Amino acid sequence: MHNFSYARPRDIEAALRLAAQPGSQFIAGGTNLVDLMKGGVQMPGRLIDITRVTGLARIHELPQGGLRIGALATNADTAAHSLVRERYPLLSQAILAGASPQLRNMATTGGNLLQRTRCPFFYDIGFRECNKRNPGTGCAALGGFNRNHAILGTSEECIAVNPSDMSVALVALEAVVQIRSLRGVRQVPVAEFQRLPGDTPQHDTILGPGEMITAVDLPGNSLARHSHYLKVRDRASYAFALVSVAAALELEAGGVVKDARVVVGGVAHKPWRVAEARALLVGHHLELRSLEAVADAAVRGAQPRQDNAFKIPLMKRAVVRALSEASQAGRTGT
Amino acid sequence: MDFGSDRVSRRDFLQSAATVAGAATLPAALAHAGSPASSSAGSPAAEALPTTVGVTLRVNGQLHELSVEPRLTLLDALREQLLLTGTKKGCDRGQCGACTVLVNGRRINSCLALAIMHTNDDIVTVEGLASADGTLHPMQAAFLKHDAFQCGYCTPGQLCSAVALVGEERGAPGGASDVKVPPSALSDDEIRERMSGNICRCGAYPNILAAVREVLEGA
Repeated sequence: MHNFSYARPRDIEAALRLAAQPGSQFIAGGTNLVDLMKGGVQMPGRLIDITRVTGLARIHELPQGGLRIGALATNADTAAHSLVRERYPLLSQAILAGASPQLRNMATTGGNLLQRTRCPFFYDIGFRECNKRNPGTGCAALGGFNRNHAILGTSEECIAVNPSDMSVALVALEAVVQIRSLRGVRQVPVAEFQRLPGDTPQHDTILGPGEMITAVDLPGNSLARHSHYLKVRDRASYAFALVSVAAALELEAGGVVKDARVVVGGVAHKPWRVAEARALLVGHHLELRSLEAVADAAVRGAQPRQDNAFKIPLMKRAVVRALSEASQAGRTGT
Repeated sequence: MDFGSDRVSRRDFLQSAATVAGAATLPAALAHAGSPASSSAGSPAAEALPTTVGVTLRVNGQLHELSVEPRLTLLDALREQLLLTGTKKGCDRGQCGACTVLVNGRRINSCLALAIMHTNDDIVTVEGLASADGTLHPMQAAFLKHDAFQCGYCTPGQLCSAVALVGEERGAPGGASDVKVPPSALSDDEIRERMSGNICRCGAYPNILAAVREVLEGA
């Protein structure tokens, strides 16, 4: 690993002042950043350790309903938190589907949102071509082994996927990222926080220089009872998703759909919203035909590469199954 | 130079001799060092090359004052500076779990942790599991009884992970994969899931499972 200097501020203002200097980068859990530094993918000149900044690890209720999850709350604490389990079981499920217990004990909310793709051509500096790592050099994944890569929202510059499970659930729950800098605060929905590659794949998110994630807000909603996170992967545990689906339904007493959210992970540079789900499901009883219509809408515009065409039928089946599981989720009390 | 330890390696001395005097006077709120004395080849930062910084590690109840480069991982600090070589380096990239230790009661991958970030934390390694009189931790005894290893390289990490699992199962926040499962009712699959951060290339999984189950049921 390259050497770097280190600072450990105690409050947000001090952290933001340090972050204003070029070459600085925040570190919290470090599970992704230290790994990337070991591989020479990222080489910050200074790390700003924010783990001792007070007040950023809290999980607490918001006055208008909803829940605020501090940027430093660990993935383990968030998944196990009683209010998260009770009101947002989708989020618990998604977090627990990712990584390992050890990593979830380290990883934080903010870091999870900022984790980099696991595209092997990005991760291995032996490959010169990577527009994400070295803008303008090309994309080795386009002609390389791309079984795990994106099928939706890609560009000819980058076909990497976002690796986060947590983010997929957060988009389904319409969570909002709280961002702070020396210039002030701003709020950005998670759905708009992560971005598609376009011709600037070096930017994973809209977070600007000197900005810090301070929390993620979950709005109060009625989608808690009927939700399901389905993750399909090459082994039963401790693997990134080939395809994952966060499905959440609001059902009226008779089983008529009042609201619906479907978001797919493992298929794009950001969690992929299936906006058509609402129009196709709301006002009707759930039946296989309508679930399949959502699945068809989900893969519309998909552009497979030589090794990942299997993701299209896999994604369709996963959408049907996740919605089906979500509709059953509240009924058995599980 | 007193490091609060009776073993000061030559490496420690060489690393610290040039810079520790400066490091000791750094303000607590801004513990970075800026002397160019120990620049490393290939560093991207042309100026402000970091040197060593003081860190206090509390390992198995014992305090150690060390002088480390910011890039030193907790794993390397344990193995190469404190000579606690029970904790193993497998993949060194957070994928195998051989480096698992307990920090403030929680299992983490020490290969992805920077030592400097754990100053004053309470760290327990495999060397700290047994009692002072040498009595094995119940998990160690269960691993022996069930022959829960072959080559043994992953075992320190498996043990630390399993010890933490038992605590998590009793309700402490941690790595539960199915948080709805009540204490002492973990299925075999659930135990496997909770131990999935520890890879065993010898494939001792059935016996590891048996050992963990025995401790859970006896707890």
